[in-house]
Amino acid sequence: MLSIKNLHASINDKEILKGINLEIKAGEVHAIMGPNGSGKSTLSSVIAGKEEYEVTEGSVVLNNEDLEDLAPEERAHKGIFLSFQYPIEIPGVTVTNFIKTAINETRKAKGLDELPAKDMLKLIREKADLLEIDRKFLSRSLNEGFSGGEKKRNEIFQMAMLEPQLAILDETDSGLDIDALKVVANGVNKLKNKDNAVLVITHYQRLLDYIVPDYVHVLYNGKIVKSGGKELALELEEKGYDWLK
Amino acid sequence: MDLKEKLVTSFLAFENKGGLDLDSNVHSIRSKAIQNFEKEGFPTKKDEEWKYTSLNSLLKHDFSLFPETKKAVGFKNVKEFLINDIESYTLIFIDGVFSSFLSDTTHDDCDVCVLSSALTRPKYKMVVDNYFNTIAKDNNSLSDLNTAFAKEGAFINIPKNTIVPKPIQILNFSTGSESEVMIQPRNLVVVGENSHVQIIERHQNLSKNTVLTNAVTEIFVHKRAIVDYYKIQNDTETSSLIDSTFVSQKQQSVASVHTYSFGGKLTRNNLEFYHEGEHITSNLNGISILNNKQHVDNHTLVNHKHPNCESHELYKGIYADKSTGVFNGKVIVQQEAQKTNAFQQNNNILMDDGASINAKPQLEIFADDVKCSHGCTIGQLDDSALFYMQSRGIPKKEAKALLLFAFGNDVVEKIKIPQLKTRITKLIAKNLGVELGFEF
Ligand SMILES: Nc1ncnc2c1ncn2[C@@H]1O[C@H](COP(=O)(O)OP(=O)(O)OP(=O)(O)O)[C@@H](O)[C@H]1O
Ligand SMILES: [Mg+2]
Repeated sequence: MLSIKNLHASINDKEILKGINLEIKAGEVHAIMGPNGSGKSTLSSVIAGKEEYEVTEGSVVLNNEDLEDLAPEERAHKGIFLSFQYPIEIPGVTVTNFIKTAINETRKAKGLDELPAKDMLKLIREKADLLEIDRKFLSRSLNEGFSGGEKKRNEIFQMAMLEPQLAILDETDSGLDIDALKVVANGVNKLKNKDNAVLVITHYQRLLDYIVPDYVHVLYNGKIVKSGGKELALELEEKGYDWLK
Repeated sequence: MDLKEKLVTSFLAFENKGGLDLDSNVHSIRSKAIQNFEKEGFPTKKDEEWKYTSLNSLLKHDFSLFPETKKAVGFKNVKEFLINDIESYTLIFIDGVFSSFLSDTTHDDCDVCVLSSALTRPKYKMVVDNYFNTIAKDNNSLSDLNTAFAKEGAFINIPKNTIVPKPIQILNFSTGSESEVMIQPRNLVVVGENSHVQIIERHQNLSKNTVLTNAVTEIFVHKRAIVDYYKIQNDTETSSLIDSTFVSQKQQSVASVHTYSFGGKLTRNNLEFYHEGEHITSNLNGISILNNKQHVDNHTLVNHKHPNCESHELYKGIYADKSTGVFNGKVIVQQEAQKTNAFQQNNNILMDDGASINAKPQLEIFADDVKCSHGCTIGQLDDSALFYMQSRGIPKKEAKALLLFAFGNDVVEKIKIPQLKTRITKLIAKNLGVELGFEF
């Protein structure tokens, strides 16, 4: 589904990604771990199409289509979703209006009619219930004044609404308490099927107890220095990253 | 002959021809006004209040001062500029002349009619003597100019204890009968004790010709009366507007003026509130959305003279391309005006490098026990917010519009007529070039 080959990317002429190779197939869960500043968020932003990053070499291919020339919204329409490590506050736009717009713009791009208001409402309620989000929450300005955990839960709510093909969860676990972590992980697992894939970025094993990865990769200084099965996460938790340098 | 000379020399002819009563009080008001104008002339950039707005290129036009309408204007020509889905009284002027055919006036519970009859009929002499040109007097040379030629406009006279059952729409159209036209509407609004009225005003050029409108509105708000005045400024790129609005308020009254500036070559708003009593509330709301080389200048003044009054001022501006804006918000709190609450906020977004805004909050506070605050911001759209929205499938253009809507929303929220709110929202969407799938 997603194929990243020899990806180099820089920002302000500073090279951050230094030759990344990664293959993700439908139905798989991949986890990326790695020390602060190693380039995990950069990789997710580059996949999502953030324009500030310059891809200097290599390619990102989704379902045999090179994403290079696609704007972030076009990538979203093709099924890429990024749950932000630091979700942005959008004052004055309610959660409901935001997600409605996102859904209908995506439908428009696919040549579908807008979702009828009744169906939209039903869908919103269903997904809010799945993530145990209070209805009152939905009429608040998006992320404005949300607690860290609320922001993350809201990201997964949006993911549940958009049903992406490839979901990238950038430190979705940070800021979540134990109960919330279970709810969010459960939400992700409910959406998981043989046709989609998840890329989880995390520092902690505990999320991977709930969202169990097929592969774990270690990103270090802009490169994937080690890949393995889920037991690699346990090993990292025990030993840290020093032994990989 | 330059425009000033032309105006001054045509004054006599105007008064003689106009069938106006030359012995009247109004005549002497006019004569004084034209003398003042002759002395002061048009403001220049040397004038502190006109530092960032130049009338120079505008004044070079050879305006026709008393245009005659050549084409018949029917309802179908003006319909789209009315808020149509509400019951309302309407006062429609074509090239400065009242169209009784298109209008819907009343004398039942209140007077919603024209200034020309108020100025000439004995019945209204008291009202005219008590109010006409009492706040606009000696204010500035452009108001004087308007006063000198004051002949037509809206006359709204609400007796006490009257809730006007429907909004009043005042529309000034120009047909471009001549290639360059100057019109000077003059409105007088008197709202009696405990009364309530909503007014919507619009200036609209129906042609591609150059139009300069120099309008003056005086509004008198008596004890406990409530006035909501909405100004829709969405004219063509060959139209310029100088709009002076003076509000005088008595105790416990609430006056709100909302100014939506969405288009026009040059728009200058002078909006001034004068307090004549305690426990008065004044609200000033404005939103400007401009592109190309359009220019808007909002000069506001709230003069707090008595204790226990409040003013709330909220102006937002979105400037794209090479458009320019000026915000000059003056709040005076005089020494006697203890316990004043005065709030002012002005937020601006510059969309392009060529756009600019000059913002100048001016607070002059002479009382010590007051609550006053002001805030002014100038920024750009947040790139990380745009990326966030795009990453959820919202195209950049729509994402921008959504952010801008959100930015202006607290001003739009203050509109109390739902149909007008819908219209303004649509105008904003049109200005931003998007369709929104929901209402704010
Ligand atoms: N705009 C920028 N200008 C310069 N350097 C940047 C910029 N953005 C990111 N970087 C640098 O790129 C490197 C990688 O950052 P990134 O956010 O991808 O790390 P990360 O692996 O996600 O870290 P963390 O675990 O702390 O989230 C860091 O050294 C960071 O300082
Ligand atoms: Mg990160």
